[in-house]
This record gives sequence, C-alpha cells and structure tokens, in this order.
Amino acid sequence: MKGALLVLEHNIVVYRRTWKGSIFVSFVSPLLFLLAMGVGLGNLISHGAVRTLDGVSYVSFIAPGLLAVTTMQTAYSMTTYPVLYKILWGRTYDAMLATPLRVGDLLAGEIGWIIARLAIVASAFFVVMTIFGAVHSTAAVLAIPAAILNGLAFGAPVLAFAATRRNDVGFTVIARFGITPLFILAGTFFPISQLPSLLQAIGWLTPLSHGVALARALTIGGGTPGMGVHVAVLLAYTLVGFTAAGFTLHRRLSS
Amino acid sequence: MATSPDGPIALIHARGLTKRFDNLVAVDAIDFDVERGEAFGFLGPNGAGKTSTMRMIGCVSPATGGSLSVFGLDPVADGPRIRSRLGVVPQADTLDAELTVRENLILYGRYFDLSRPVVRQRAQELLEFVQLQDRAGAAVEQLSGGMKRRLMIARALINEPALLLLDEPTTGLDPQARHLVWDRLYRLKQRGVTLVLTTHYMEEAEQLCDRLVVMDKARIVTEGSPRSLIERYSTREVLELRFPTDATPPLDGAIEGLAERVEVLPDRVLLYTQDGDAAAVALHQRGLRPESTLVRRSTLEDVFLRLTGRSLIE
Repeated sequence: MKGALLVLEHNIVVYRRTWKGSIFVSFVSPLLFLLAMGVGLGNLISHGAVRTLDGVSYVSFIAPGLLAVTTMQTAYSMTTYPVLYKILWGRTYDAMLATPLRVGDLLAGEIGWIIARLAIVASAFFVVMTIFGAVHSTAAVLAIPAAILNGLAFGAPVLAFAATRRNDVGFTVIARFGITPLFILAGTFFPISQLPSLLQAIGWLTPLSHGVALARALTIGGGTPGMGVHVAVLLAYTLVGFTAAGFTLHRRLSS
Repeated sequence: MATSPDGPIALIHARGLTKRFDNLVAVDAIDFDVERGEAFGFLGPNGAGKTSTMRMIGCVSPATGGSLSVFGLDPVADGPRIRSRLGVVPQADTLDAELTVRENLILYGRYFDLSRPVVRQRAQELLEFVQLQDRAGAAVEQLSGGMKRRLMIARALINEPALLLLDEPTTGLDPQARHLVWDRLYRLKQRGVTLVLTTHYMEEAEQLCDRLVVMDKARIVTEGSPRSLIERYSTREVLELRFPTDATPPLDGAIEGLAERVEVLPDRVLLYTQDGDAAAVALHQRGLRPESTLVRRSTLEDVFLRLTGRSLIE
C-alpha cells in the first residue's frame, strides 16, 4: 500500500510538468463534441419530426454518452503510450524495481493514478453538463463514479495488452478499430435499439455501451432498475483486466 | 573461504547459478563470491551473460537454477529487503526526462521510504559528490551523456547502499567523463562500499577491480586479480609491430624463438615476450623492418584475447 502511494507520488510530480498536453483529449475535445452535436445537431433534430430522444432534449441524451467517451479516451491515453514508455522507452519501471518497490506496487500505483485522473475529467465534464442543462436530478452526480468505472473497464484490459507490446503499433489499431466503432455501436449518439439486432448484440458486449447506459440512466432518470447489470459488466471488465495486467506486467518486468 | 559452513558468508554467494530464457542459456552454472568492501568485476564480450547475472543479484530476475544469496538473504523471498540496501546503475539511463536533476534524486529517494528532509539533505550532498550542484535545477534532457551517468550514480547512492551494482558504467562516455566516473567509484570503494561492475573495457577493469571473473558464452572462464590474470595468461611485455597495410611479410622464420606467443591481428602483430626491447633488436638484426614498433606492458586485453582463443601460434 505504501509502495503504491509512492508510485502515485511519482505520477503526480511528473504530471505537474506534463499536464498541458492532456488537456485537449480530456476537456477540449469532448466539449467541442457537446457543442457541435448537442447544440448544433440537437437544434436540427428538435426542429424536425423527432423533437426528443427518450423524452429529453438531444443535448441531454448525448451528454452522458460523451461523459463516458471522455473517461474511456482518458483511460486509453493513460494505459497505452505512457505505460510502454515506462516499460520500454524510458525504463522508468526498471528504475523503480531496483528499489524496494514491487511489480504489485507499480500496478496499484498506476490504478490509483488512473482513478484520480478519471475523477478529475469526469467531474469537470459533469460541471459542463450541468451548465448545458443536461442534469435532471441530484442522483445524477453518481454519473461521476459511473464514468470512472467505465474508464477503468476499458483501460484495464488495454493496460494488460500494453504490457505485452514491443512497439506502439497495437495502440493505433485500438484507436482506429476499437474506439471509433465504439462511438457508433455503444449508443453514444443514438439509442442502441436503432441498430440491426446483430450490431445491437455486439454493442452490448462492449464496456462503453454499459458505461453510456449507466451514465444516461443516472443523469436523465436518476437511476433505473437495470443499472445493476451495467455495473456488474463494468466491474467484470475492470477486475479481469487488472488481474491480467498483473500477470503481463510481472512477466515483462521480472523475467 | 566464504563457503565454509561455519565461517562468515560472502556478501554475494553464488553456486551453480543459472539463468535460462526459453531455449537460451544466458548464465550457465557459475560460481563466485564477492567479499565485503571489494570491487568485483564481470568482464566479457556482449552476450556473455554479465547483465543477466547482475539482474539476478539485483533481485529483479529470478534464477532458474543453482543458489544465490545477497547479504545472506534469498533474492526471491527477500527481494525488497535486499534492494533497500542496494544501489543499481543499469546500462541504459532510466532518469525521469521531464524532471530536474534534483527532483530525480528526491523522487527516487522516496521509493526507499526515506523522509523528505532526509532525501533533500542527501540529494544536496550527492549533487556535490558527482559535481552536478550547478545543474540541480536543470532538466535532465539538457544534460550531456557523462552528466546523466553521474546523476544515475548519485541516484543509486540515495539510500546509502552497502553494495553498488554497475552495469557498464562508462560505456559511451568520452575520456574526461570516464575518468571522473572512475574517480568517484574509487572514492566510494575507499568509503567501504562494495562495488560489483560489468564491463568490456579492460582498462576499466584494471583501474577499478580488485578481483574479476572473465565470462564467455554464459560461463566463467577464469577468475583472479587483474595482476594475477596477466601473470597467468600473458607475458611481462608485449612488442607490437605495425606493417604497411596488406604488406605483412611472412613471419614464421623471422620471429622464431623471439616470443612465447604471437598474435596476428588485422592491423598489427603482437609478440608476447619477457623483454620487448630485446625482441625488437633481434627482429631488426634478422632484417625485418616494420613501419613502427611499440613495447608495452601486458594488459588485461591481452589476457582477454588469449582466453577468447584467437592466437595463431601458441
């Protein structure tokens, strides 16, 4: 536990130098999406035949979706290149493992840091959502931990994968063939029920679809009975992912 | 002596130590002891198994066979305890590039669970020790290779280790930087820090090591002090002959009886002899006219060439 806190301390000290670079992915990009899609496209929709989606304005519909996408992308940005840097290019982990720290401390410290960063971006985005009038109950604030869990569910398996890499080619593949289709399949911009049934089934296999559904249920309806399933799926992704990451990191760093 | 059942055990004690990766045997059943306070070297070409051995001593890579103890402890069971008393300078720089020189030291000291005031104090002392006090606030990216190496050494000393492991500490440094590193390592040894280093620079081994082993193809080929190895495997002096390129005359008859051993290298011929000057004179009398001649004392490099088996005439 103490070791994990020291690894966390390292991340905080380094982040004080590098935080500017992460602002675009974490804040600016989702904000632009919310403006363009929510307000721009939302106005078009509201003046057309379909006035609302699920009984609320379009901006209220996509805001929780973008909240989930934001934490997913932040998790991706933290569990890919920085991890490979610490393993391979900068050998930061080698330096740490020459001290009393263990591989388990490194992993626990990284998880703590990912949670902290996800909490910051989710909270900031939630404030923006509130300003846009996309928050409809006090229970909606639970969308913040939901979004954190959503980020972890995506980041944990990616971290396990990153620890096996010798170069960054796989990360580009995840971005192109993982993240982009997820936008469409996971119900971010329109309900999954609009998709053909095969794609619906695929959509529900992804962690993002459950993260989006969970966040939406909380910000719009203040919670629904089906939320337990979403939480369970996200938890499963998270636990399996981090367990696998423990194995792959250990094999990579202390062989 | 370290192996006696009731005697004191060596600081590092290895018997039949083996490391296998899939089908590759990186370290093949080696035995060695490192005593407290000595400077011990692993000498050998790339791929000889030096780094794998260092990683096992550093408790980051478990042995696949044999036994190893460090400070009398088991690296697998007591890794963190051993590492808390170790300093490690790996081959590649592993500094935090985004941080300053001082921040690198302080942050690293924290991994040993040292308090901030203690770490700050030691960081200042170590910066002076490696002559980087003027660079304390500089970003690591701006440092030269030699400065980075010194910072790596300072960082490895932040926990006041009893044992310092150095993997090729001066590879890639210019001569000035190399001599400064050697000087600092020598001072550490004077203070009683045990040094274990790998190198493929013979001069480095001669300068720093009380005792060394030569590794080749995952095994230990020989062991001893630099002086004793030179005496055992080489002659007192070496006569180096240089001929114009592609014009080395046939030597067989001309050098008969002049040297105990002859080594023909692409650019020169080495005659191993007790008296280099006498051999040079005799050579001249026999009518051989090399472009240049040089008489020098034997070095570890000669031992090394001999042990890697490139001699033509024994």
